[in-house]
Amino acid sequence: MSPQSTTLHARGLTRRFGAHTAVNNVDLELKRGEVLGFLGPNGAGKTTTMQMLTGNLAPTGGEVAVCGVDLLARPVDAKARIGYLPEVPPLYRELTVDEYLTLAVKLHRVPKRERRDAVARAKKRCGLTDVGRKLIGNLSKGYQQRVGIAQAIAHEPDLVVLDEPTVGLDPNQIREIRALVREIGGWHSVILSTHILSEVESICDRVQIMHHGNIVYSDTIAALKAFHSGRTVVLGLRRPPSEAELAAVPGVNTVERVDESHYRLQLTGECDPTEPLVARAVRDNWGLFHLAPAQTSLEDVFVNLTK
Amino acid sequence: MIFTIAAKELKSLFASPLAWMVLTAVQLITGYAFLKRLDDFLQIQPQLVQLASPPGVTELVVSPLYATAAMVLLFASPLLGMRLIAEERRNQTMVLLTSAPLSMTQIVIGKFLGLMLFLTLIVALVTAMPLSLAGSTSLDYGLLASLCAGLLLLAAGFAALSLYVSSLTAHPVAAAFGAFAALILMLLMSEAAGDGVRARGWHLPAALVQVFSPLKNFEPLGKGLVDTYALACSVLLVMVFLVLTVRRLDARRLRG
Repeated sequence: MSPQSTTLHARGLTRRFGAHTAVNNVDLELKRGEVLGFLGPNGAGKTTTMQMLTGNLAPTGGEVAVCGVDLLARPVDAKARIGYLPEVPPLYRELTVDEYLTLAVKLHRVPKRERRDAVARAKKRCGLTDVGRKLIGNLSKGYQQRVGIAQAIAHEPDLVVLDEPTVGLDPNQIREIRALVREIGGWHSVILSTHILSEVESICDRVQIMHHGNIVYSDTIAALKAFHSGRTVVLGLRRPPSEAELAAVPGVNTVERVDESHYRLQLTGECDPTEPLVARAVRDNWGLFHLAPAQTSLEDVFVNLTK
Repeated sequence: MIFTIAAKELKSLFASPLAWMVLTAVQLITGYAFLKRLDDFLQIQPQLVQLASPPGVTELVVSPLYATAAMVLLFASPLLGMRLIAEERRNQTMVLLTSAPLSMTQIVIGKFLGLMLFLTLIVALVTAMPLSLAGSTSLDYGLLASLCAGLLLLAAGFAALSLYVSSLTAHPVAAAFGAFAALILMLLMSEAAGDGVRARGWHLPAALVQVFSPLKNFEPLGKGLVDTYALACSVLLVMVFLVLTVRRLDARRLRG
């Protein structure tokens, strides 16, 4: 794959703290313009992975390349292409938003004549234009979070790493930040760590689930939905037959009883059993009242993988 | 890039009450010491005239003033130094610098320089006092310059050590106290240690102990004497602690 289309390439990333392995053999790859959701329960190793990807923590093993630049061999060149918002935004409360963002672009080596534009653009994208002269310490938490994101994108990095950007915000702010992240994904590659599932479903192209330091699931959101929807149906019957009878219907693989009158049918995928099911239900008077494809949400996958 | 960090440190410093408090206190203390000394000098001046080669105002008033300023710096630098790394780590703002395309050396030198600019301002304010006498008496500018240089080197040593202790902990007050204790220990012990080592006949180690004796290195310059060995020791002290700080921060990245 050409280095232009791949912004992040990490292989075999491992981090041990003494005898404890926090991150074990993690592979990550990100293409330009992609938003990757990085999911996992608290303590799964998400933050440690992000610290390694942004050069804040040296990995015990493995390699990281940002746009083809090796982060371990040429950290300064690689870091210039990364924007990072840690879990706690690194904000200097005593500076104004303008001063702070100007400092951030200076530190990221934006040439002098482009700095003013870069700061103005970042402020506009993050909705900070009106608060440029305010002290960061006096802003609300939502605005502070936006300043943190503005800091991460102001120097036009190829890769933006956001560690739980919506933690501690109210629902309206969460919605705004999500829209912003989605928008940023149009220009940059984004890695978004979170433990909020709906967040990933609504804004990410791809999802990786981490558990106890290992990647336990990795696929696109679209594939996840396509794979599970239509493969499982939920059936509601007033006078249900035996499970063996249901399993005998062509196209049905396994039958699982959910409660008194509900069944979850795994389908073989070879033929659609809807018609024969309805026909049998009518003929044998099963009292069919519910038949719907089961929506397998990310939550199901997540719970299954991490319990 | 180093100057960007230094400017940021200076700006943050002046945005906090600490900087203004320190400046005020330094002015009050050194101002009092200066006026008291000047008063004493005016009283004994008639007797001084009778001496064959009487000491001038620079020797009798300005030298002690710089000794007082050195004392005040001993208290001020740990407090100012604790902000540089310990407080940044406590507030978790250090990440902005460590994820920017900067080397650890640039970060450390930038922070050191920021603190040094502030300490230079203190030295400049102290120097303004003797300069106010320039219109009414003749000053020994050579001695004044060497006092200035000596005080700056002393401040650099204090600053470098405070910066290093600041990198050891994420607790600012612990960092300040640690740096203060280390400075006092260094002042108390270095001379005795040097003598002890020399008494055993180890001449090179005895000479090296002087690196950790900032006051001893200040003495020659305080008398208007440019002793290159003392100068080299002062510079070495600063470098030792800056290198230690860089190593300490790198180790944090490696070990987590």
